[in-house]
Amino acid sequence: MSSTSGRPALAGAGSLAAAPALRSPSLFEQVGAIARRSVVRTFRQRALLVFPLLFPLILFAINGSALSAARKIPGFPDVSYRDFALAVPFLQGALFVAITAGTDLARDIQSGFFDRLALTPLRGSALLAGQLGGAVVVACVQSLVYLFVGIASGVGIASGFGGALVLLALSILIAFGFAGLGSLLALRFGTGEAVQGFFPLLFVTVFLSSSSLPRNLIKTDWFKEVATYNPVSYLIEGIRSLIITGWDGEALALGFGFALALSVLTLGFAGAAMKNRLVRT
Amino acid sequence: MRRFVYVARAVAWRSIHNTLANPAILLPSLIFPLFFLAAFAGGLSKVAEVPNFHYAPGYTAFQFAFVFLQSAAFGGVFTGFAIARDFDSGFARRLLLTAPRRSGIIAGYAVGALGRWLLTATVITVAALLAGMDVVGNGGELVGIVGLGVGMNLVAALWACGVAMFLRTEQAGALIQMPVFVVLFLAPVYVPLNLLSGWIHTVARINPATAALEAARGLLAGSPVKVALAFALLAGGALITAAWARRGLASAERAG
Repeated sequence: MSSTSGRPALAGAGSLAAAPALRSPSLFEQVGAIARRSVVRTFRQRALLVFPLLFPLILFAINGSALSAARKIPGFPDVSYRDFALAVPFLQGALFVAITAGTDLARDIQSGFFDRLALTPLRGSALLAGQLGGAVVVACVQSLVYLFVGIASGVGIASGFGGALVLLALSILIAFGFAGLGSLLALRFGTGEAVQGFFPLLFVTVFLSSSSLPRNLIKTDWFKEVATYNPVSYLIEGIRSLIITGWDGEALALGFGFALALSVLTLGFAGAAMKNRLVRT
Repeated sequence: MRRFVYVARAVAWRSIHNTLANPAILLPSLIFPLFFLAAFAGGLSKVAEVPNFHYAPGYTAFQFAFVFLQSAAFGGVFTGFAIARDFDSGFARRLLLTAPRRSGIIAGYAVGALGRWLLTATVITVAALLAGMDVVGNGGELVGIVGLGVGMNLVAALWACGVAMFLRTEQAGALIQMPVFVVLFLAPVYVPLNLLSGWIHTVARINPATAALEAARGLLAGSPVKVALAFALLAGGALITAAWARRGLASAERAG
């Protein structure tokens, strides 16, 4: 991966292609070029954007009303079920981000674009970080839409404006972690089909969590146990605490802690898988 | 008629064989309903303690009826994905060229969807019984539930077949599945209809899937309700979606 080839660093990668031939692009420029391509590609596939955006909102609309009777369960928080359920679309959206990021990277691997990039002076870390750029932008848009739809449907944010900003930050961090997971799957398996095959498994982690009821109200023992060990419960509870409780230090620490751990782990493994793939290339 | 049966049998055999031979196709259709059953019956069982929730066989049976019908509908949806895949791979076009009676293709895919679902239905029924589901209905009533599932599977398969044949690409997946998913979830999934309120109650009351769901729950509990209405609606739905699938086939024929 020498940077003295004298060729344009990234053919077809926007402004970087027009950079002076002999100047080695900085890491920031490399990331920027790949990220811009990733963002543009993501927004060109509108069909892939709309479904991940709409699906969690439809489920939120349906479940928010259909399970409103759950409020009458003794011990249920003193909020509407819609307030309680708003945290879930953020998690479901993050899962879709994982699949989009992974599928895009897998497509680059399958089409040979990844191999061509590997012949340029581009660093592996820049390639990975840049590929996640599109995913992060999608996550930002999704999170904003979910928050606005929630507020428009009458959900109150107990932690106020500051809490809403923290909620956005947490949901984007969660999406980033899941995008890293999608990239890891793409780098390990190399096909979009394999990445998409993992979607049901990821989706199940949301179902087997405290997404529908607080953990203390889950009656079935094994389910309660699974939900307690399932990190997704803490991601949801972190977001949910900002909506229904206010500032809950423990829930936020667990939420941010698990989101950070997910990001570090998946990106760490994805980085290793990237090196492995570049060596094979 | 013989040519119709010949084509239908060949397409159905291929559809079922592909499902059984390919774990990547088989497993999602088996695992998804199981997880729905676990998540709803296990995770939400406390919902049965909501005041005025009365369902004698218990919450597992209450949710089993939904998951049973949902798996039937998704057996049809997954078959739609397979049809779209056949168009993407070019197989469907070759099939259109060689089939002596093309309407047999639709029938074949529909039978394939039924075969796929019967396997799923067996698995989730065994799982629910192992989880302690209480069945109060008698043999005839249980046959009625299976009949409702067959009707649901047929309607969904014909819908999916029509969409897949109109669009002829795997990207049609979302369009195949979303309406089915939304219609099913706009029925009284978690609590009986009388415990729903607001817009969801209004929508659930006129949703045809509600009749099938209430009928299945009633049969399971040994106190049938809306059974004739449910079968009539499913029969009507099958006629409409059969016409839809036939138009989809005509569109595919025109496209060549």
